[in-house]
Amino acid sequence: MSTAAAHDHHDHHQPRGLVRWLTTTNHKDIGSLYLWFSLIMFFIGGIMALIIRAELFQPGMQMVNPQFFNSMTTMHALVMIFGGVMPAFVGLANWMIPMMIGAPDMALPRMNNWSFWILPFAFAMLLSTLFMDGGAPAGGWTLYPPLVLQTGDALPFAIFSVHLMGISSIMGAINVIATILNMRAPGLTLMRMPLFVWTWLITAYLLIAVMPVLAGAVTMLLTDKFFGTSFFSAAGGGDPVLFQHIFWFFGHPEVYILILPAFGIVSQILPTFARKPLFGYASMVYATASIAFLSFIVWAHHMFTVGMPLAGELFFMFATMLIAIPTGVKVFNWVATIWQGSMTFETPMLFSLGFVVLFTIGGFSGLMLAITPVDFQYHDTYFVVAHFHYVLVPGAVFAIMAAVYYWLPKWTGHMYNETLGKTHFWLSVIGMNITFFPMHFVGLAGMPRRIPDYAVQFADFNQVASIGAFLFGFSQLLLVWIVIKCVRGGPKATDRVWEGAKGLEWSVPSPAPYHTFETAPSQKVIEAETHG
Amino acid sequence: MHRLKAALQGLFCALLVLIAQPVLADWAVNMPRGVTQISNEVYELHMIIFWICVVIGVGVFGVMFASIYLHRKSRGVKPATFHESHTVEIIWTIIPFFILIAMAIPAAKMLIKMEDTRNADMTVKITGYQWMWGYEYVDQGVSLYSRLDNESNTVRQVKSGLDPKSVPNYLLNVDNQLVLPVGKKIRFLITANDVIHAWWVPDLAVKKDAIPGFVNEVWTKIDKEGIYRGQCAELCGKDHGFMPIVVKAVSEAEFKLWIEQQKNPTQIANASAPTSTVALNAATPQ
Repeated sequence: MSTAAAHDHHDHHQPRGLVRWLTTTNHKDIGSLYLWFSLIMFFIGGIMALIIRAELFQPGMQMVNPQFFNSMTTMHALVMIFGGVMPAFVGLANWMIPMMIGAPDMALPRMNNWSFWILPFAFAMLLSTLFMDGGAPAGGWTLYPPLVLQTGDALPFAIFSVHLMGISSIMGAINVIATILNMRAPGLTLMRMPLFVWTWLITAYLLIAVMPVLAGAVTMLLTDKFFGTSFFSAAGGGDPVLFQHIFWFFGHPEVYILILPAFGIVSQILPTFARKPLFGYASMVYATASIAFLSFIVWAHHMFTVGMPLAGELFFMFATMLIAIPTGVKVFNWVATIWQGSMTFETPMLFSLGFVVLFTIGGFSGLMLAITPVDFQYHDTYFVVAHFHYVLVPGAVFAIMAAVYYWLPKWTGHMYNETLGKTHFWLSVIGMNITFFPMHFVGLAGMPRRIPDYAVQFADFNQVASIGAFLFGFSQLLLVWIVIKCVRGGPKATDRVWEGAKGLEWSVPSPAPYHTFETAPSQKVIEAETHG
Repeated sequence: MHRLKAALQGLFCALLVLIAQPVLADWAVNMPRGVTQISNEVYELHMIIFWICVVIGVGVFGVMFASIYLHRKSRGVKPATFHESHTVEIIWTIIPFFILIAMAIPAAKMLIKMEDTRNADMTVKITGYQWMWGYEYVDQGVSLYSRLDNESNTVRQVKSGLDPKSVPNYLLNVDNQLVLPVGKKIRFLITANDVIHAWWVPDLAVKKDAIPGFVNEVWTKIDKEGIYRGQCAELCGKDHGFMPIVVKAVSEAEFKLWIEQQKNPTQIANASAPTSTVALNAATPQ
C-alpha cells in the first residue's frame, strides 16, 4: 500500500502549476479536472435556464427575442447534457473506479488526458456560436431537420463541437471498459465489483454503441447543408423522419447514459448510511443490464406523433412500458436496503433519499408517457419538460451531488461543513420541486414546450416555476462555497470516513495517495470490503 | 440545527406567500375532458394510469418513510443483516408485469380506434407554414389561411409594453377559424410546407406532426358546438409560440351555409352585410 513517502516521491518529478494540469495522466487529477469543468458548465447552462425562466416569469415578451429564446433552450440542453452531467460522471469514474477495483490508475492514462482536454475546446466552440451571425443553434437540442438547417453560421461549429464531445466520450468509455476488465485486483471478480463500477461498465458500452450514431446523424446534416445531399429532405428523395429515428436511436440510450451511473452512486451510498448491505446485489446488476438492453428498442416513443404505422406504435408502447419492470426492481431494492437499517442522515444520504423519491415520481410520469394514445396529449408539452427534469435533476444531478459529498473527504482529506451541506440539500430539493412540479399542471392544461410566450391562463404556475428556478439556481452557489472550503481545509477526515462505508476506497488513507494501489490489495481486504 | 430549521421554515413561509398571491387566476391542473368520444376516453385512461401510479407511489413512499422514521440510528436501532430474498424479488417483478398488461390492453384498443381513419364523412387538408396554418376543405373546394390575430400579434412583440391580460384569448386567437360540423367523422390530412410543425387541439385529443413531403392522417368527430383552441406543438422556428389553432364547431346546417359563403363571397356580400369574411380566400402565404 502507498505511504506518504511514496506520495512525495511521485510528486517529485511532476511538473507544477498549469503545466501539471495540462500534462497530467493521473486519474485523480483528471477526475478533478472533469468535475471542475462540469461544475462550470452547470453554471453556464444554469444561467441559460434562468434566462428562460426570467422570460417566462410573466406573459408577454419582456427580455429576449424569440430566436434567442430558442437558442437558450437549445444551448441549455446541450451544455447540461454534454458539458454538465456526462463529464461529471466521467470525473467520478476517473476518481473512483481505480480506487474501487484496487488499481493504481486508469488503463489508458495518456488517452485519459486527451479525452478531457478535448472538452474545453469543444465547449468554447459551441459557446462561441452565441456570437455568430444568425445566432447560436435554435432548432432544439434534438437538431431536427429541416428546421436545424435554417441555422446561420453556427451550424458547422455546433456540429463539429458535437463530434468532439462524442470523441471525448468514446475515449472515456474505452478507458473505463479497459480499466474495469483488465485492472481489477486479483480476486475481485465481476460479481464482487461495487455497483458504481458495474453501472459504469454498462454505461460505457452504451456510449460506445450510440455516440457514433449521433456523429453519423449530424454528419448527414452537415452534408445536407453544404454538399448537396438530401438524406433528410423529402424534395430530394430523403426523409426528415429518418433523422428522428437515427437521432433517438442515439438519444434514448443517451438518457440512460445520464442515469445509470447515478443508480450506481445511490447503490453505494444507501447501504453506507443504512449500515446494511445493498439488497439484491445480483438483481441490481441484471436490472441495470436489462434497462440498457431495452433502451435500444424503445427510441420511437419520442416520436409517437410522426405518423408511424399502428404496429410500430404498439411495439414501441409495449417495449417502453417494459422498462418500468427493471426500474421498479431497482427502486424496490433501494427501499428494501434501507428497511430495518440503522439510518443516519448526512448530506450524501439526504441527496440519495431525495433521489429515490423524486426519481420515482419522474418514473411514474414516464410510465404515463409510454401509453401511446395518451402520449399524443402529453407529447411536446410542459408535462414532458416536467418528466425529464424530474429524472435528470433529482436523478442525475442529485446523485452527482450525493457522490461529491460522499467522497469529498476521501479526495481532500477534510470534512465538509455538514450544516451547510444539509442546507444546500433542503434549498435544492425545495427549489427543484417548486420549479418543476407546476410544469406537470401547465403541460396537462395545454402549454406546449419551447414557446417564449404563453396564453394568460398559464401565467400563475409559470411564475411559481420561475421563482423556484431562481431559488434552485442560487442555492448552487452554496455547493461551490462548501467544496472550496473543504478543499482548502477543515476537520481531518478519517480513512473510513463514514461508519458504515464498505469498499476498497475506504481502506486507504484520506486524502488518498497520488497513486493509490501500487500493490494490489490483499485477498483478505477484498473479502472484507466487498459484499457477499 | 435549530437555527437551520427556523431559517428553512421562514423561507418556506415566504414562498407560500409569494405563491398564494395571484390565487385569483386560473390554476388548471389537469387535461381537459374534451368534446369527442376519443378525448373522453383518453382522459379516462390518463386518470386510470395516474391513479395506479398514485397507489404504487403511496405504497413505495409509505414503506420508505416508515423506514426513515422507524429505522434510524438515533432511535438506537440495530441494523438487520438480510440482503436478498428470491421470493420477494420474484414477486415484485411479476406483479408489476401484470399491472402493465392491465394498462396495455385498454391502451392498445384505444390506439387501434384512434388510427382508424376509414369511412370519413369529409376531409380537411392541413398545411403547416412558418408561421401559420393553411386549411383546405377537399370535398367542398374551399381553402383559407389562419394566423395569429392582430391584437395578440401587436402585444406579443418584444417589449411592446402592452398587457397580454387585456387581450381576449391572448395568443390563442386567429384571424380565420377552422369551421367544422359537429357529429361528422372528419379526416385530417396533415402536411407542411417548410419545416416540421404539429397540429394539436387538446379538446379533440388530436395531435399529429405536419412533415414536409409527407401526408399524415388523423380523424375526429366533435360532439359539441363551440370554439376549441390549440397551438403548434413542434418547434418550428422563432414564431413557434405564435401559430395558434382555433376550431369552431357548428351544426351541419350552419356549416353548409358557411361553406356557401366561402364559395360565393361576392354574392353573399351583395345580398347581406358588406363586410363579411370576403377576404378569406384572398389571403396567401408570404
